[in-house]
Amino acid sequence: MPDTMMLDTLILSRIQFAANISFHILFPSISIALCWFLFYFKLRYNGSGDDVWMRAYRFWVKVFALTFAMGVVSGITMSFQFGTNWPGYMETVGNIAGPLLGYEVLTAFFLEATFLGIMLFGINRVSNRMHTIATFLVAFGTSMSAFWIIALNSWMQTPTGFEMRDGKAFPLDWWEIIFNPSMPYRLSHMLVASGLTAAFLIAGLSAYRILKNDHKPAPRLALKTAVLAAALLIPIQIFLGDMHGLNSLQHQPAKVAAIEAVWHTEKGAPLVLFAIPDKETQTNKFAIEIPNLASLILTHKMDGELKGLNEFPNAHPPVAPLFYGFRIMVAAGVLMLIASWWGAFIYWRKKEIPPVLLKIFVGMTFSGWIATLAGWYVTEIGRQPWLVTGVLTTADAVTKTPAANVGTSLAIYLLLYAVLLFAYVRTLFVMARKSVLVDRPEEIETLQDQLLAKSA
Amino acid sequence: MNELTQLSGEAFWLPVIFIGLMGLAFFIYAILDGYDLGVGILLPKDSEEQRDTMIASIGPFWDANETWLVLGIGILLIAFPSAHSMILFHLYLPVTIMLAGLILRGVAFDFRAKAPEDHKQLWDRVFQIGSLLATLSQGYMLGLYVMGFEQSLATHLFAALSAICVTAGYTFIGAAWLVMKTEGALQKRAAWWARRCAWLMTLGIIAVSIVNPLVSSTISDKWFGSPLFIILLVIPVFCFVLLFIVDRYLRLFPYPNDFGCWIPFASAIFIFLLSFVGLAYSFFPYVVPNQLDIWQSASAPESLMFILYGAAVVLPTIILYTIFSYRVFWGKATQLKYY
Ligand code: HDD
Ligand code: HEM
Ligand code: HEM
Repeated sequence: MPDTMMLDTLILSRIQFAANISFHILFPSISIALCWFLFYFKLRYNGSGDDVWMRAYRFWVKVFALTFAMGVVSGITMSFQFGTNWPGYMETVGNIAGPLLGYEVLTAFFLEATFLGIMLFGINRVSNRMHTIATFLVAFGTSMSAFWIIALNSWMQTPTGFEMRDGKAFPLDWWEIIFNPSMPYRLSHMLVASGLTAAFLIAGLSAYRILKNDHKPAPRLALKTAVLAAALLIPIQIFLGDMHGLNSLQHQPAKVAAIEAVWHTEKGAPLVLFAIPDKETQTNKFAIEIPNLASLILTHKMDGELKGLNEFPNAHPPVAPLFYGFRIMVAAGVLMLIASWWGAFIYWRKKEIPPVLLKIFVGMTFSGWIATLAGWYVTEIGRQPWLVTGVLTTADAVTKTPAANVGTSLAIYLLLYAVLLFAYVRTLFVMARKSVLVDRPEEIETLQDQLLAKSA
Repeated sequence: MNELTQLSGEAFWLPVIFIGLMGLAFFIYAILDGYDLGVGILLPKDSEEQRDTMIASIGPFWDANETWLVLGIGILLIAFPSAHSMILFHLYLPVTIMLAGLILRGVAFDFRAKAPEDHKQLWDRVFQIGSLLATLSQGYMLGLYVMGFEQSLATHLFAALSAICVTAGYTFIGAAWLVMKTEGALQKRAAWWARRCAWLMTLGIIAVSIVNPLVSSTISDKWFGSPLFIILLVIPVFCFVLLFIVDRYLRLFPYPNDFGCWIPFASAIFIFLLSFVGLAYSFFPYVVPNQLDIWQSASAPESLMFILYGAAVVLPTIILYTIFSYRVFWGKATQLKYY
C-alpha cells in the first residue's frame, strides 16, 4: 500500500509527465509535416524556376526553425523523464524500450540536427541540389523519429513479442515488437494528424497575411497548397481513425467502452453524441443519442454487441476525459472537413477565397493542436491504470523522489512552458506581419531581414 | 566484481563496449556542446555586432552538438538501466536546472533572430543565463557523481568547486573556438578571454587533483597505490605542458597570417581528453562509483546486440556527415543568413 507521500509523488509525476509531453508534441506535430511541405516548395521551385515558391520556402523555413528548436529542447527534457520520474519503467521494460529509443537517436535525431544546419544556413555554401537533399533528409529524419517513438508507445498499448522472466520483460522477436498490432494504425493516424496540423497552421498564417493586405503572391500560393492538402488529408484521417477505433476495440475494449460511455454490455448500442457521464450511477445524463449507430460503426452490424464497462470492474480507465476528449477530436475533424472542402470548392470554381473563409482559417490556425492533444489524451488516459498494458501499472513505476522535488521541477516547467508558448505564438504572428512589409525595405527591422532583402 | 570471473562471452564484453560508447558520446558532447555553451557564456554586453558574429559561429552546429547528450544519456538508459535510474534519482534537481537552462538557450537562439529589435537584447541575456545554468549544473552533477552521491557538506562543496571548474573549461574551449572562427577585434578579445579562462581552469584542475584523492580513498588508492603511478603521471604533466603552450601562444596574439589560430582549440580538445581518461581510469568498471559496476547493471545481451548492430553501421555514418557539415561551414564565421 503506497503511503500518502508516495501518492503525492505519483500524482505530481503524472501531471509533470503529461505537461512535458503535451508541450513537446505541439512542436513535432507541426515540424514533422511542415518539413515535407518545405521539401515540396523546394521541388516546385527546382522544377519551375518560379521564384514565388522560393519565397514561400523562405518564410516557412523560418517558422520551421523556430518550431524545430522548441521541439528539440522540450524533447531533451523528455529523454530525462524516464530516469527521473519513472525508474520502474526502465527497470521492467528497459530491454525493449531502451533499444527503440536508441534507434530513434541514432537514425533520426542526428540526421535531423546535422542537416538542419545546412538547410537553414547553407544555401550559399552548397549546391542547390545538396540543399534540396538536406531538406529531404531533415524531413525524413523527423518522420523516422515519429516511427520509433510511436512503435514504442504502441507497444506500451498493445505489447507483443516478449516474455517475462523474474519480473522483467525480455525481447523475443523485434519485428513483432516494432510492428505490434496497434502500431500501423497509430503511426499513420499520427503522421496524417501532423499533416493536418501543419496545413492549418500554413493556411491560418497565410490567411492572416492576406487579411493584413499582403499583396504578394507567396501567401496566396501557400494558402492554396495548404487548403488542398488539408482537403485531401482529412477524409483519409477520418477513415484511419475509424480503423484505429476498430483495432482498439479488439485489443483494448475497456478503452472503447469508456470512449463511447457504454456502462453496461448491450446489443444495438446507440451512438452518444453528447451526455454527462456519471460515475456514481453508471449512467449518462442528458444523453443525445442516435439509436444503434455505435454498434453499426464498431461492429458493422445494427445489433452488434458492445462490451460495457461493467465487464472490467476496477480496471477500466476514467470515463469522462475519454468521452469528452474523443468528441473534441472528432468535432475538430468535422470542422476541418467543412473548412477545407469549402476552400477546395472555391479553388475548383477558380475563385479567390472570400474574407469570411479567410477569417475562419485564421481562427483554425491551431485547430490541429487541439485535435492532436485530445487524441493523445484519449489514447494515454485510456491505457490507465496500466503503463504497459497487462505488464506494469503506472503506480508501480514511479520514482521515490520526495514530492517536494517533483513539485519544484513541475513549477519550473509550467512557468517556462507558459512563457515560451506565449512567445512562440506571438512571434509567429509578428513574423507574418513583418513579412507583409518585406517589399517596403525602409520598414524592415532586423539585420537578418535586411540581409535577406539584399540577397533576394 | 566477483562475478566477473564467471561471466564470459557476450555477457562480459557487451557491457565493456557500451561503457566505451557511452564515454565516447559524453566526451564528444563535452567538446562540442562545451564550445557552444562557452560561447554563450561569453556573450559581451557592449557589442551587438560581436554577439551576432559569435552566435553565427555556432548557429549551424548547436543542435547536433546537443544530440550527443541525448545519445550519452540514451546509452546509459539502454545499456545500464538500473544505473540510469539511480544516477538520475540522485541528480533530480540539478538535472531539472540543467534542462531549464538548455531549454532557455535553445529557444533564445531562434527567438533573438525573429524578435523585434527591442527584444533581441533580452533574448541574448536569456541565451547567456541559460548557457551558464546548464554549464554550472553539469559541473555540479559531475562533482556529486565523483563523490559517489554521498550526502555531506564536503560533497556539496566539492560539487561547487567542480561546477566552477567545468564552467571555466567550457568557457575556455568556447573562447578557443572563437579564436579559430573569428577575425579582427573579436578575435583579439577572444584570445584575451581564452587566456584568463585557461588560468582559471589550471587552478581548477590543480584544486580538484588535490582535493579529490584527499576526500576519496578509492581514488587515492587507484592513483597512488598503483605500480602504474609513473605512467599515470603522464596525464597531469601533459595537461600542464599543453596549458603552458596555450598561454605562451596567447600572450603574443595576434600573429601575421592568422598563424596557428587552431592551436588553443586543439589543445583544449587534448586537455579535455586527458581529463576524461583520468576520470575513466578512476572509476572503471563502475557506472555508479562504488555501488554498481557495468556488469551488475547491464541490460539483457539480446537487447544490447540488437542495438549494437545498428550502432556499428549508424555511428560511423553520423561521424561522416558531421565532418561533412563542419566542412561546409569551414573558415571564419560570417553573419548568419537564414534561408
Ligand atoms: C510523433 C512524434 C513524436 C513523439 C510522440 C515524441 N517525439 Fe520527440 N521529437 C519528434 C517527434 C516525436 C521530432 C519530430 O523528431 C522532434 C520534434 C521536433 C523536432 O525538432 O524533432 C523531436 C525531438 C526530440 C528530441 C530532441 C532531438 C534532437 O536533439 O534533435 C528528443 C530527445 C525527443 N524528441 C525525445 C522524445 C521522447 C523521449 C518522447 C516520448 C516520451 C518523444 N520525444 C515523443
Ligand atoms: C506525444 C503525445 C503524447 C501525449 C500528449 C501524451 C500524454 C500523456 C498523458 C496525458 C498521460 C497521463 C495519463 C494519466 O496519468 O492519466 C501520459 C502518460 C504516459 N505516457 Fe504519454 N503521451 C504522449 C506520447 C507518449 C509517448 C510517445 C510515450 C513513450 C514512448 C509516452 C509514455 C507515457 C508514460 C510513461 C506515461 C505514464 C505516466 C503517467 O501516467 O502520467 N507517452 N501521456
Ligand atoms: C474525425 C474522425 C476521427 C476519428 C474517428 C479518430 C479516431 C481516433 C481514435 C479511435 C483514437 C484512439 C486510438 C486508441 O484507441 O488509442 C484516436 C487517437 C488520436 N487521434 Fe484521432 N480520430 C479522428 C480525427 C482526428 C484528427 C482530425 C486528428 C488531428 C489532426 C486526430 C489525431 C489523433 C491523435 C494524435 C491520436 C493519438 C495517437 C493515436 O493513438 O493514434 N484524430 N483517433
